[in-house]
Amino acid sequence: MSESVLHRVIRVIATARQMPAESITSETTFEQLNIDSLDRLNLLFDLEGEFDIQIDDEQAKSVTNIQQMVDGITLLLAAKAEAKPECQNEAKSVSSPAH
Amino acid sequence: MPRVVITGVGVISAIGNNVADFWSSLASGTPAISEITSVNIPSLRFPNAAEVRNYVPEQTFTAKELAFLDRFAQFALIAAAEAVTQSGIEWTEDLLEDSAVVTGSCLGGRGAEEAGYWELFHHNRTRVHPLTIPLSMANAGASHISMKYGIRGPAYTISTACASSAHAIGQAFWMVRSGSAPMAIAGGSEAPMFIGGLKAWEAMRVISKDTCRPFSADRTGLVLGEGAAMLVLEPLEAALARGAKPLAEIVGFGMSSDASHLTQPLPSGAAKAMRHAIRDSGLAPEQFGYVNAHGTGTQANDQTETAAIRQVFGPLADKLAVSSTKSMHGHALGAAGALEAVASVLTLRKGLIPPTANYTTPDPLCDLDVTPNVARTLQVEACLSNSFAFGGLNAVLAFKAYP
Repeated sequence: MSESVLHRVIRVIATARQMPAESITSETTFEQLNIDSLDRLNLLFDLEGEFDIQIDDEQAKSVTNIQQMVDGITLLLAAKAEAKPECQNEAKSVSSPAH
Repeated sequence: MPRVVITGVGVISAIGNNVADFWSSLASGTPAISEITSVNIPSLRFPNAAEVRNYVPEQTFTAKELAFLDRFAQFALIAAAEAVTQSGIEWTEDLLEDSAVVTGSCLGGRGAEEAGYWELFHHNRTRVHPLTIPLSMANAGASHISMKYGIRGPAYTISTACASSAHAIGQAFWMVRSGSAPMAIAGGSEAPMFIGGLKAWEAMRVISKDTCRPFSADRTGLVLGEGAAMLVLEPLEAALARGAKPLAEIVGFGMSSDASHLTQPLPSGAAKAMRHAIRDSGLAPEQFGYVNAHGTGTQANDQTETAAIRQVFGPLADKLAVSSTKSMHGHALGAAGALEAVASVLTLRKGLIPPTANYTTPDPLCDLDVTPNVARTLQVEACLSNSFAFGGLNAVLAFKAYP
């Protein structure tokens, strides 16, 4: 079976924070991990890359622990699976500079 | 020490491409925040900015001149030209020999740099435009102003993110006051509407998805702006001797560093810069009636700045009029301090406090009189203009009405 969302989130955080994955559980809070506002930005960036999703700024602000993050990502992954593949490709297209 | 006055101001901004239009928008509380049109980035997570509108570079510059000017340097020259014209300065050899040009810019001509990189990365080109370096250097604005008028004194650029042009004006003020420069053109310019820059701001997660609502409980972040503002600074005696009309007096400058966090501001650092500006002005706190706030519209800035103003002014804080004009012209980064310095000068000159636009809901953590939505007729004696940068670098200017 493929790696669970929880384990992937823990792996991303453990790598970024250079700490053993075993020390992080679903109940661990960002406060316990000593994650400040800038660390949080980096974490959201890493998780967006890991799961190929976009995490909304306002929704991200209310997340305070690992389980809430896993729940949010699970919802985003479900929404992504429902979306048509061509829509995802479209979102990744880039335009040329206009100057 | 000689008194230093402002005898000319110039502006190009989202809310007006000259000082008259800029003031008209401020006085009527009209923001210019709308959908970004100068670049097309379908995946950008915020739709709006405060862009300069109805600006056709070819109407101001020749094709030959434009080849040497990134958008931010064009803005710098346009604002400087208006300020110099208003000042009515007559260039003597002595003035040209020692006058100063000090500009602020956060990004410089990085838009020009990006255009070259785009060709390298996407079209497998092996070379970039030969002028990429002089187009993109942050001091291009200062250099072009210096070359245009033949000003040969101290000329340089300060890059302290969102405090750049406040630092620049403060440094120029001190040079004129000390006598090391007989006159100065100072201000800032910024042109941040290019893909890489906008994506970098998107990644910071501090940009509002609708509009800029400083000090309002429902604020959701800043909105980027662009433009330039320049001021002509000279000793009062020299201005009066040549029959110039001072617009306002620049009386104080204070700086500090939080020495704390890259992006989380500290009230104590901001308060220290305000105290130093007041001390430098020689005025008493009760002589200040208005603060043009940094007021970015982020959760962190607005409550920190409120706390800092309360630390400095104590019970007097409740008598202050405060407003953030970023709610109208957006956050023009390295040009912000200069745009707000001009707004402050005009506030003293016109006896009218520009409002904080887009305000809807009081926030107990931002409980100052922030002049919500409607300008107020009020002649104040002196005012502060606050600028606080990422990296914890703070610069505050103090101005006094000139009767």
